[in-house]
Amino acid sequence: MGNTNNSEAYVSFQNVQKTYDGESFVIKNLNLDAERGEFITMLGPSGSGKTTCLLMLAGFETATYGEIILDGTSINNVPPHKRNIGMVFQNYALFPHLTVNENLAFPLQVRKVEKYEIEKKVRNALEMVQLGEYGSRRPMQLSGGQQQRVAVARALVFEPKIVLMDEPLGALDKQLREQMQYEIKELHEKLEVTVVYVTHDQSEALTMSNRIAVFDDGIIQQLAPPNVLYESPENAFVAQFIGENNTLSGKVIAINKEICTVEVGENETLRALAVNIEGIGSDTMISLRPERVVVNPENGSYPNIVSAEVIELIYLGDHIRSRMKVCGHDDFIVKIPNSAHHAQLKPGNTVKVGWLAEDARALDAPA
Amino acid sequence: MEQSPDKNILVTADGIPLKTSLARAQRRSKFVAFMMVFPLLFFIMIGFIVPIVDMLFLSIDNSIVNRILPNTVESLKNWDPYANELPDEAVYASMVDDIKKAKKAREHTKIGTRLNYESSGFASLFRKAGRKVQKIDKPPYKEALIKTDKRWADIYTWQVIKQNSSDLTDGYYLAAFDFTRKFTNGKVEPLPEKDSIYIKLFFRTLLLSTLITFLTFVIGFPVSYMLANVPTRISNILIIFVLLPFWTSLLVRTTSWIALLQQEGVINDFLILIGIISEDGRLAMIHNATGTVIAMTHILLPFMILPLFSVMKTIPKSYLRAAISLGAHPWVAFWRIYFPNTGPGIGAGSILVFILAIGYYITPALVGGSSGTFISNRIAYHISNSLNWGLGSSIGVILLVIVLFLFILYDRIIGIKNMKLG
Ligand SMILES: Nc1ncnc2c1ncn2[C@@H]1O[C@H](COP(=O)(O)OP(=O)(O)O)[C@@H](O)[C@H]1O
Ligand SMILES: [Mg+2]
Repeated sequence: MGNTNNSEAYVSFQNVQKTYDGESFVIKNLNLDAERGEFITMLGPSGSGKTTCLLMLAGFETATYGEIILDGTSINNVPPHKRNIGMVFQNYALFPHLTVNENLAFPLQVRKVEKYEIEKKVRNALEMVQLGEYGSRRPMQLSGGQQQRVAVARALVFEPKIVLMDEPLGALDKQLREQMQYEIKELHEKLEVTVVYVTHDQSEALTMSNRIAVFDDGIIQQLAPPNVLYESPENAFVAQFIGENNTLSGKVIAINKEICTVEVGENETLRALAVNIEGIGSDTMISLRPERVVVNPENGSYPNIVSAEVIELIYLGDHIRSRMKVCGHDDFIVKIPNSAHHAQLKPGNTVKVGWLAEDARALDAPA
Repeated sequence: MEQSPDKNILVTADGIPLKTSLARAQRRSKFVAFMMVFPLLFFIMIGFIVPIVDMLFLSIDNSIVNRILPNTVESLKNWDPYANELPDEAVYASMVDDIKKAKKAREHTKIGTRLNYESSGFASLFRKAGRKVQKIDKPPYKEALIKTDKRWADIYTWQVIKQNSSDLTDGYYLAAFDFTRKFTNGKVEPLPEKDSIYIKLFFRTLLLSTLITFLTFVIGFPVSYMLANVPTRISNILIIFVLLPFWTSLLVRTTSWIALLQQEGVINDFLILIGIISEDGRLAMIHNATGTVIAMTHILLPFMILPLFSVMKTIPKSYLRAAISLGAHPWVAFWRIYFPNTGPGIGAGSILVFILAIGYYITPALVGGSSGTFISNRIAYHISNSLNWGLGSSIGVILLVIVLFLFILYDRIIGIKNMKLG
């Protein structure tokens, strides 16, 4: 069935494009490789084409152009029911007229597995998600979290090549969601199954994934492990989308190897890591994590020290969040750890704040 | 709210028991709720409950004989109808007396009409008696009455009167089941084959209604599926086409079928044109059972489509996708996952169509001919032509019982709560 691919990628999107209406691309050009056993997450705002990608992988939508490879074989022309891909839907899509046992047995029955084998596998799968006693219930008689687990068990019970999950925790409340994140992650590690996960919740993506593909505007903005994504965003969109972020926009006036000098506001110059800038004279946006900012640094200890006016303070227990006006931007956030001798601030105070050049990343200026 | 120390019942701050306060607080909203449903309740009482009770009563009511011929009924008590003897002078005397009084009240023809349902000839017998009875003013009444009409000397005449002298009768029900109680010996016997029509009609009604229900399902299911799965913008337009028939008169729809299906009609002409049938082989598709089935399937189709559509609309598309992603062929997924979830719609649509069909009468009357009429056509006939309301009512009651029975059966097997009407 098609050409064999020798690279170690287990799932591979190759130059995939997709349009629904023939007028605009939903997916502009997708290249994505996932290794066997990897937990890869597609993260992006609503409408960015994440579901479309999953549906193309599952076979419910066809790629307008390009190729999708699974386990070395092109699956473009394989009908969805022959792809052997497990899928967890956002609304779970448990069959309401069947019991939990029957729901789990369904994929095995259509594969003509022996009856005793089905029973054994169903029992094991249910125990795996700690629902051993609930086999004879109907989905409606289960709580949201339990339904979620059944859906996961059903997508795994027939040992598919990969499992796709489209915002599977979207309908759960926060606490349950965090617990399920943990459980799904654990299952993934135990079963060593390849998971392609879709979410618009960045903390969920950061918690669970081996690698995250940040989607926007029909292309992957950055594909990287969570820590890299957070600490080294490659463009303004990723920096804004992942975690909390201060932005200072300005103009590049000098570049010295990795460090560039940026003019921000009225005659203020800042030094930042040159990550994604076009050259001297171009507009840039400096991205800086709030926790990397130090209040009242010793003179000369940081390359960037500017004065800031405290506008607002919010007490959050473990830290104090302070909104300040820095270089003409009045949405500059600083997180002050609630340590024994932390700076005592009051709104209206003027203080000094400082940060390292390596913590400030000069990125592309969004239009 | 505090706990009263001695009695251990909850009271409000002013010491009134909690239950009383709650009831008081709810009284007003209950009253408002009642007032809101009252017009409908009143309407249902007048328009629905009362007629049904009246119908139940009419189907067993036989008080007319006892009311118009009270003395005769009284004197007939001692007479044995099967002893092959005419009643005695006293009975004839009472009869003359009763007819005189009935004549004055202008009711002697009513009793004639009533007894005529049992045996023809009674209408003329009482009309004649009413004319001549005034001249009879002295005994022997027996001879005098017999002189007005020989039939008064016939034991059979008196057997009929005797048998109908109780206030209640099962006679209408016997008739509705093609049975009769012989006047000559009082035994219940089935009517001869040529006179039995009702059982045959009941069966035909049930059979054709089932067939119509099945056809509306077969035609309506794919339509509903399509409607439920196109974008809402399109389905809103298409649903208008489903509802379109409701905006056209039932008569127009039925008669247009006559134009299409009759022997000189459009369809026969077309079939001849394309050479499927010959000029002498024109198909009889109207004024028979075929006509009834075709026209009624068309007319009742929306009642199948709408509940099916509303149920299918609520079935998430992800069910089918989930089933397919789990490895089921699309057909298997449809049959094992989608179809069972349409059950409530199928149930609701079927029961709606079936119940409407079983009581339909305009369409069968217009296009049914003799082989395609329904039991309701007999009811209509008895209500407006023969004026035998008792028999009409008893057939109506039987129809009602059949429907209720099927409804209960449905509830037992499928469950009413699984039905979704919209
Ligand atoms: N079946 C469809 N027909 C037409 N447009 C669609 C269809 N499904 C999705 N789209 C469009 O494609 C874009 C991406 O949708 P989707 O993949 O669902 O995004 P996401 O899952 O990231 O929220 C959206 O603009 C959406 O309107
Ligand atoms: Mg989506």
